[in-house]
Amino acid sequence: MKALLIGECRDGKLLEYSYELFGFASQQGAESAMVLIGTEAALPSYGGTVYLADAGKYGEYDPDLHKRLVQAAVEREKPDYVVFLHTSYGWDLAPRVAALLKAPQVSEVVALAEGGFERPCCSQKMRQVVKPVGTPVVLTLQGGAFPALVPGGTPQRQALEAEGEGRTEFLGYEAAVRKGVDLTRAEIIVSAGRGVGKRENLPVIAELAKVLGGEVGASRPVVDSGWMEAGAQVGVTGQTVSPKLYVACGISGAIQHLAGMKKSGFIVAINKDKDAPIGEVADVLVVADVMQFVPALTAKLAK
Amino acid sequence: MKILVCVKQVPDMESRFRPDAAGVWYAETDLAFRVNEYDEYAIEQAVLLKEQLGGEPEITLLSVGPDRVVEAVKKGLAMGADRAVHVRDEAAHFKDPFQIASIIAAYAKGEGFDLIFTGMQSLDRGSSQVGVAVAEALGYSCVTTVVAFEYADGTVTVKRELEGGVKGTVRMKTPALITCQLGLNQPRYPTLPNIMKAKKKEVNVIPVEQLLQQEARLVLVKFSAPAKKGGGVILEGEVADQVDRLIGILKDKTAVLR
Ligand SMILES: Cc1cc2nc3c(=O)[nH]c(=O)nc-3n(C[C@H](O)[C@H](O)[C@H](O)COP(=O)(O)OP(=O)(O)OC[C@H]3O[C@@H](n4cnc5c(N)ncnc54)[C@H](O)[C@@H]3O)c2cc1C
Ligand SMILES: Cc1cc2nc3c(=O)[nH]c(=O)nc-3n(C[C@H](O)[C@H](O)[C@H](O)COP(=O)(O)OP(=O)(O)OC[C@H]3O[C@@H](n4cnc5c(N)ncnc54)[C@H](O)[C@@H]3O)c2cc1C
Repeated sequence: MKALLIGECRDGKLLEYSYELFGFASQQGAESAMVLIGTEAALPSYGGTVYLADAGKYGEYDPDLHKRLVQAAVEREKPDYVVFLHTSYGWDLAPRVAALLKAPQVSEVVALAEGGFERPCCSQKMRQVVKPVGTPVVLTLQGGAFPALVPGGTPQRQALEAEGEGRTEFLGYEAAVRKGVDLTRAEIIVSAGRGVGKRENLPVIAELAKVLGGEVGASRPVVDSGWMEAGAQVGVTGQTVSPKLYVACGISGAIQHLAGMKKSGFIVAINKDKDAPIGEVADVLVVADVMQFVPALTAKLAK
Repeated sequence: MKILVCVKQVPDMESRFRPDAAGVWYAETDLAFRVNEYDEYAIEQAVLLKEQLGGEPEITLLSVGPDRVVEAVKKGLAMGADRAVHVRDEAAHFKDPFQIASIIAAYAKGEGFDLIFTGMQSLDRGSSQVGVAVAEALGYSCVTTVVAFEYADGTVTVKRELEGGVKGTVRMKTPALITCQLGLNQPRYPTLPNIMKAKKKEVNVIPVEQLLQQEARLVLVKFSAPAKKGGGVILEGEVADQVDRLIGILKDKTAVLR
């Protein structure tokens, strides 16, 4: 069994999570080779074959060319699996590669399962097992699902080229907006989610944070709807925090939110839905209406 | 200008999901359905563009699914789309993302859309494949995970969102397909007069057999709740009692309440 792993580079550097691809290959007991559109400096610590295409020529985001580069490597390696991470790079490129190869794609794989691959569905509340028909199979892996593995060694480099021109023009990166408090240093964070209901209810969350001596954070919809500043957002596209206590108020526990707070020391979730996925990481799940429970908790703590 | 917006109807994610009789997907009984959240941003962006261009573009909505999906396109029509296509498929759930994409592409092929908006993923299956696969089938340029959109004279400039909140700016010519990420805009709530107006807008029904030419590449094996690994405490019951129990636990297990 052979897996062609698609590494990722940003600003000329290998993204650390690319090592999760080796973790997957090793769990599968698969032989591996990697494709990297990057620079020499970005080569992974890995003794196998790396097909290196020059990011100076092909860009870091030029999906029309990148899909052909991957295709060229597939033709040489004839892999059973073409494996991406389920990231902004992977979910953008993988379906294009699948279309080109006329191959099945399973997205956001979290585990190998009997009869196929396990993946989340219904906003992480449920799991499904899917069986691909045909080869090669294109996969994207959920971040963190397969532990990173650094194989070590010096890669055997193979040049990789593709013809033609891309239809999109990449104009550059823009750093994330960071305004407001630095939540990464907070010892206690009380975060508001969409379950808080409306902007007018936010003071209730702020008051709990105040009696606890903590800061206020937020899930993404709360920021997207303009109730709170972008700096308050916790998650993959916001801040990654690890306070001693994290209180999630009306937050469902989407993987993108969990990625930003699951390393917290102690997690309390307040949610009216007992099955909300936040329950997977919470030390205590209070099944209640936020607007009833939080004021009652604040009042008792203030005494 | 002609714009297409792909709209999927999905269950409310606060629902309780149970496996269907075959045990491969959810049973639909007792589920309330709504427009996929990401697709609301797609509809809004199309309507904003129509407004920017003085009302000239025609916006078509398309949804593949059983009769219930007409509710979803009605909402989009009330938000400002002009017409809708319902690809009627009582077994939409037996189609994989690739088949759904080929159905959409088969419809769009002859229509000459300048721009297609889709969500970046659906809330239920969430494979983030359909939009890109439609673009590939039609030979359109495509950018995913878009959080900012501008259009001028046949050129689209977008920002796509990367990990850590970093953004990448990308430019391309139409025809193009954009997959919309949360926060791209502020989807409007349909007003009552617009809901009334939407009732008179055209919904063209096409049987799926006319558009489907592809075999499935994925087979569903099983649908189930994840194995609980957390093992955290669950507090139910009266609020006053929950408060006391939580404070007790915090005193016991953390050093924050001193
Ligand atoms: C690429 C990408 C990046 C993302 N990045 C982030 C990120 O950085 N951070 C982030 O947070 N999200 C991010 N998201 C969005 C994420 O997928 C979810 O949509 C989001 O986290 C949901 O926020 P929520 O839990 O507040 O809302 P919902 O998912 O709508 O959940 C609301 C919860 O509140 C509960 N509830 C409702 N009413 C009440 C009540 N009265 N009392 C108690 N509970 C109630 C419900 O049961 C539900 O569980 C990203 C998504 C994508 C695709
Ligand atoms: C055996 C089997 C059984 C299944 N059973 C069910 C079921 O019972 N119910 C169910 O809902 N799903 C079911 N599915 C999944 C369903 O077919 C997928 O939802 C579909 O293939 C679309 O994939 P996605 O939701 O992952 O799309 P994504 O790629 O995540 O969606 C991205 C975007 O594509 C567009 N889009 C996606 N689907 C449609 C659509 N139908 N119409 C218009 N635009 C669309 C939207 O703009 C959406 O935001 C089943 C799949 C299989 C293989």
